[in-house]
Amino acid sequence: MTSVLATPAPDAAVVRRPGPVRFLWLLVVVGLLVALMALSVAVGSRGVGWSDIVAALGGSTENIGQAAVTKRIPRTVLAVVVGAALGLSGAVMQGVTRNPLADPGVLGINMGASLAVVAGIAWFGLFSATSIVWTAIVGAAVAAVFVYAVGSLGRGGATPLKLALAGAATSAALTSFITAVALPRGDIVENVVSWEIGGVGGATFAGIGTVAPFLLVGLVISLLSARSLNSLALGDELAAGLGERVALARGVAALGSVLLCGAATAVAGPIGFVGLVVPHLCRLLVGVDHRWLLPFSAIAGACLLTGADVLGRIVARPTELDVGILTAIIGAPFFIAIVRRQKVREL
Amino acid sequence: MTATHSLAAEDLTLAYGERTVIEGLDLLVPPGRITAVVGANACGKSTLLRSMSRLLAPRSGRVLLDGKAVHRLPAKELARTLGLLPQSPIAPEGITVADLVGRGRHPHQRVFSRWSKEDDAAVAAALDATETTPLADRAVDELSGGQRQRVWIAMALAQQTDLLLLDEPTTFLDVAHQIEVLDLLTDLNRTRGTTIVMVLHDLNLAARYADHLVALSGGQIHAAGTPEDVLTEECVRAVFGLDSQVIVDPTSGKPLMLPMGRHHTAPRADVLQGTSGS
Amino acid sequence: MTAVVTPLPSTVDTVARGRVRRAARRRLVITLLALAVVVAFAVTLMVGRTFYPPGDVLRVVLGSDVPGASFTVGTLRLPRAVLAVVAGLSFGLAGVTFQTMLRNPLASPDVIGITSGASAAAAFAIVILGWSGTAVSVTAIVSALGVALLIYMLAFKDGVAGTRLILIGIGVAAMGKSVTSYVLSKAGAWDFAEALRWLTGSLNGSTWEATVPALVALLVFGPVLLGQTRDLSALQLGDDTASALGVRVERTRIIAIVAAVALLAFATAACGPIAFVSFLAGPIAARLVGPNGSLLVPAALVGALLVLVADLCGQYAFGTRYPVGVITGVLGAPYLIYLIVRSNRTGGSL
Repeated sequence: MTSVLATPAPDAAVVRRPGPVRFLWLLVVVGLLVALMALSVAVGSRGVGWSDIVAALGGSTENIGQAAVTKRIPRTVLAVVVGAALGLSGAVMQGVTRNPLADPGVLGINMGASLAVVAGIAWFGLFSATSIVWTAIVGAAVAAVFVYAVGSLGRGGATPLKLALAGAATSAALTSFITAVALPRGDIVENVVSWEIGGVGGATFAGIGTVAPFLLVGLVISLLSARSLNSLALGDELAAGLGERVALARGVAALGSVLLCGAATAVAGPIGFVGLVVPHLCRLLVGVDHRWLLPFSAIAGACLLTGADVLGRIVARPTELDVGILTAIIGAPFFIAIVRRQKVREL
Repeated sequence: MTATHSLAAEDLTLAYGERTVIEGLDLLVPPGRITAVVGANACGKSTLLRSMSRLLAPRSGRVLLDGKAVHRLPAKELARTLGLLPQSPIAPEGITVADLVGRGRHPHQRVFSRWSKEDDAAVAAALDATETTPLADRAVDELSGGQRQRVWIAMALAQQTDLLLLDEPTTFLDVAHQIEVLDLLTDLNRTRGTTIVMVLHDLNLAARYADHLVALSGGQIHAAGTPEDVLTEECVRAVFGLDSQVIVDPTSGKPLMLPMGRHHTAPRADVLQGTSGS
Repeated sequence: MTAVVTPLPSTVDTVARGRVRRAARRRLVITLLALAVVVAFAVTLMVGRTFYPPGDVLRVVLGSDVPGASFTVGTLRLPRAVLAVVAGLSFGLAGVTFQTMLRNPLASPDVIGITSGASAAAAFAIVILGWSGTAVSVTAIVSALGVALLIYMLAFKDGVAGTRLILIGIGVAAMGKSVTSYVLSKAGAWDFAEALRWLTGSLNGSTWEATVPALVALLVFGPVLLGQTRDLSALQLGDDTASALGVRVERTRIIAIVAAVALLAFATAACGPIAFVSFLAGPIAARLVGPNGSLLVPAALVGALLVLVADLCGQYAFGTRYPVGVITGVLGAPYLIYLIVRSNRTGGSL
């Protein structure tokens, strides 16, 4: 058992892309994000001339056009922040569960956050922005643990099939709970829909400021988990054999992921499929090394959500389409494509 | 029951999508005998068996039962003549042994027909034959691997077919249970004349229990015939890419294959003298 | 070990006794469930803002004119109760068919997108196109069949694997739900009650006009499904085994899917996708009956009982009148927890 079995370094199991290629893609994605942000400020249900846009960016709100553009600025920032959080959260979640279908929406984690917020408002009179964020994060964490527990029951552990089914069933149950909690309260019933479908329409800088610390902590934890996620990708036994403390690594990474999607849901409502689609696309671009994949997923998530938000403003003129509806319509076919590509036995 | 049914494959080509697994294969299953199909992993053993029992439609060629293409026969009519035990059948949660064995009566029943005395008798006979009668009211989930495999064979027996195809009936069983299952199949063959075709992983068990051995390689039959004719050192090398030594099994008088790897393999003379290698 | 061709008489006796015992348990459960459905139906007719004694209710149902009761019971409560039973039977039957066929208790049509497809289409027809009655039913059934066909075709790749079909269904369900949300957001005046009907299912405002198509569908497609009972039980053993037993697997699946989808679509067009009834009915029936034969009839009865009882609870048990779908949807959560507890104990697969 000598020369023949000399084990390759663990990272060799990870597909490597040449550095320049990754760097090039990084430039492309960042460029795309900047372009989309510009578009998001410029385009809306009301057409505004370039001079007004420039003036509005400078802080002027002299006419209706400039005022409309001013309202689009926080909205754009929110789309970028939430999209990045969801993309990163999905990438971490897929790594933690070693499961190609993991996504805060598919697993019902967003709905957990939504329910917690609705219940908090209806029963405990929550109204301070910070307490809503905390509630959302706790709800997301509880839903995540619950779905993962249900999905990993029985033979074979947490297979994609069982996780996805558990997530779908849990979301449906949570949706009913949300309705049940909100229905007797005529005063908040109007908001129920916004807790069932996510959107970035009502963005304010104050709202973004409240969730920013949570997102920042989640971001740092997630990015620091990249290396341990690379080990976990080889399977629990092998990761433990490589000296990784599997349960701890998984717990920390999951915490980062839950912070991100809980905070994102608190400010924008449940938005599905961003966390599913983005990491898969990024893997095609930069390979499966989480040290590249995670930051890439964040940027690409921001691109996707900003782009979807712009699209939602264009297609439904003169009204708008909530971005949560649009991401589901774009994301679900993608989900189906992933399922079709997988070999059945691996599911 | 008499073993007058003939099963044959004619110029059979099988494929999953673009991937061709079996190409232009001819096979004649000797009636009333035990045939074992062997070959390397993914050589198309199970695929061949699936096609012979109508589970997989051929890309070209035919599988003939008594001269008629099986893919043209009415499903239930075929199921009264030819039974198949797949590699991993699924037992519904909590089902009892007698109930599961009773499911084997399906091809003999019509949509709204009532359960008949013959059905009871067939189930009872299948339980007796596999010595699972004491388990009749137990849940299948609770049984050991060997017991469970006997129950599945009992279900196939309740189907009362003259031909029985089995896909790796001994996988996941320890050696004692493997022998138990193969002995049971041999009993069936000898007392009822049931024609048996099985895919087996273990070459030596296949050589011991089969009357007719079929070695598959690269989607073709490499060799077919008596175990003595088929299980040779050349054949093992061609089919598995493995050097080996084939001796006469002192227990059964059938051929016995001893694999030769790179280690612990002494020159032949040393083995015979009983000295150990490096 | 010896193979005997003639069985021992004692073995035959064991087999026959076991079979009779299993059949007796099943018959008992079915009888009790049917009784419970009748009682719940009667209570639904009697209870409300005004209570009417059984005598009055019976006379109204038989067609005679009772002052006061004729309107309340005959026009308001009777269509609601009948629709509850019809929808419950339809959802239960369709749900257990899918669960049996796909061998997974979580794979009910409300989880895998068929109900949400029907619901999205019905909402579209009513809210956007302004249709009603039969046109809505037809839209719902056509699109539910279309969705089922779409899922089936997308899942087809060297044959249909159950796992792939379920996962693709989940993706389609997400799309269906967002289409429903979109449609509702387009509705000029946001009618919350109407929205709830299409999001969670509701029996409020039931009329004969909505009930009759669902009833006819049940009478047509129910027997078709019952005719597949034996083939469906064989499918539980896996496609290969079923096929070896002489079941034409694909044909059985297609007949079962078409019949189940039709039942779902007609019921959904009448009262929306009452959440989780098709998800819960089969497993509850399995608990009651045990592994003693087909679950189709018991699950249908459980479905009817669930809808009737949940509707009674939703209307009278709380301060607020909840639509029936909210109650059944909330029931789904404890059931999931129950699945955890039970699977941990038995180590069985989901």
